[in-house]
Amino acid sequence: MSLDQLYQQIILEHAKARHGSGLAAADAPNGASSGQSHQLNPTCGDEITVRVSVAGGKVSELRWDGDGCSISMASASVLTDLAEGMTVGELRTVIDSFREVLRSRGKVPADPEVLGDAAAFEGVSRYAARVKCAMLSWVAAEDALGQALAA
Amino acid sequence: MVATPAHLRRSAAVLGNEEVLRIRNDFPILQQHVNGRPLVYLDSGATSQNPLSVLEAEQEFYEQRNSAVHRGAHHLAVEATEAFENARETVADFVGAEWDELIWTSNATEGLNLLTYSFLNASLPGAGPEAARFALAPGDEIVVTEMEHHANLIPWQELAARTGAVVKFIPIDDAGALDLAAAAGLVGPRTRVLAFTHASNVLGTINPVAALVALARSAGALVVLDACQSAPHLPLDVKALDVDFAVFSGHKMLAPTGIGALYGRSELLNAMPPFLTGGSMITTVTMERAGFLPSPQRFEAGTQRISQAVALAAAVNYLSEIGMDRIHAWEAELGQRLVQGLGSIPGIRVLGPAAGQERIGLAAFDVAGVHAHDVGQFLDSRGIAVRVGHHCAQPLHRRLGLTATTRASTYLYNTTDDVDAFLNAVADVRAYFQA
Repeated sequence: MSLDQLYQQIILEHAKARHGSGLAAADAPNGASSGQSHQLNPTCGDEITVRVSVAGGKVSELRWDGDGCSISMASASVLTDLAEGMTVGELRTVIDSFREVLRSRGKVPADPEVLGDAAAFEGVSRYAARVKCAMLSWVAAEDALGQALAA
Repeated sequence: MVATPAHLRRSAAVLGNEEVLRIRNDFPILQQHVNGRPLVYLDSGATSQNPLSVLEAEQEFYEQRNSAVHRGAHHLAVEATEAFENARETVADFVGAEWDELIWTSNATEGLNLLTYSFLNASLPGAGPEAARFALAPGDEIVVTEMEHHANLIPWQELAARTGAVVKFIPIDDAGALDLAAAAGLVGPRTRVLAFTHASNVLGTINPVAALVALARSAGALVVLDACQSAPHLPLDVKALDVDFAVFSGHKMLAPTGIGALYGRSELLNAMPPFLTGGSMITTVTMERAGFLPSPQRFEAGTQRISQAVALAAAVNYLSEIGMDRIHAWEAELGQRLVQGLGSIPGIRVLGPAAGQERIGLAAFDVAGVHAHDVGQFLDSRGIAVRVGHHCAQPLHRRLGLTATTRASTYLYNTTDDVDAFLNAVADVRAYFQA
């Protein structure tokens, strides 16, 4: 498998664009219930904090701050684009699907219908050392979502 | 620079590419291709590769001599004990120690934990007057440096937390050198232990051992040397360095994993309470209590890592055969080539001493706009193995304003072609990631 299949153009672009980055710069939206989660990858020191805000059963906002490799930063950016506007159930479904693909060691193909741009991370599943990078923000979002709903 | 011990002194010419290419033939693992390219292994600072003579020594032990040591009267038990104790003598001699001053451990981390847990045992009520010199009390100070590997930091943090002692840090300057003036102010009457690395696994700095030992002696503190990055790469003589304890790991010096050693001055080891207790380390045992053997068995409870010890001895024989002074000189040259080459690539920040300044054969660096993980992945696609991350030195990275770096580390089997292949690949990294 070539490096370009791992680092697809869409990943390199999102790693730069970092949609949703800037959690600390703005308060959670009024009228929404918010939860926040900090996740750390102790092997490389990558870390991310994700805040998920829910209003009317939908994700009204996802914001994050993080420091890490292009895979982890792009993954958070793609997640932001996907999550905002989704229902709570839709976000849970897409997180489960993403996890299944990433942990499959290349055996489960990504469905672009479900995962959208996140399907570009399919190649990461063949690099065991990088799966955690791609999953970091999604694990944080799942935890933050749970807290938002419990709040 | 400490004088080279007699057994390492050689008159042969300097090590060069031609000889290194012959040395490489002894390392089967280096013959392979990775991602369609010849493997360029630049991660020996993390773990080194094994020459055939080491692999064969371990196999030969299991084929010919395998048995428990220090027990049994049968032929194999005698053979195994002899191999085990000869290995100890070989490795002790390699670092300038006496045989009874070298204790087998799994690795340097275990060696440091052995020390800190023994010090903790010495700090408990009823430890006795002999143990008092190792006991820590609230307000006592343990001094380490900002450049320590977690292995030479966390055991001391834990010991301090349990005894009420305080851990203090000798700062580094921006070029990765210890601030000796600050050290002189930090090491004082409350200092009980001064623990520091001989050579930094991130910066490549070789620390001024003599100056630090002098500070510790004037304060009456024990000196603990982390020799993980020096024992494999430079002539090491623990007596000439006058340290009280030293640790190193076999897998960083051509031996298998699972074996390392703790050196300690004999009189200290025989006064220090043991850490692990049980079989093989006792004199008389009653229902109530036990007497302990002198060092080294005092610290070697249970069945030991026999074949690994034999393999480590084969590894140091291999290193001695080539000559530690020649290995050191070759790696210093590779280290300079790394630093100079990296320095000429735009957007690269090399940590540690500047080009031309002394360093061991490694270089850690930051690539502007590209995370270390991505750098490592890119290099891997060219068959180049490097380490990425914090290299078990988070406080050091934080001090330098970084979270992760990429590190290339050489050994006696690396050529200048290896370094050049690496440098050529690094030069392409930023363009690939559009940084």
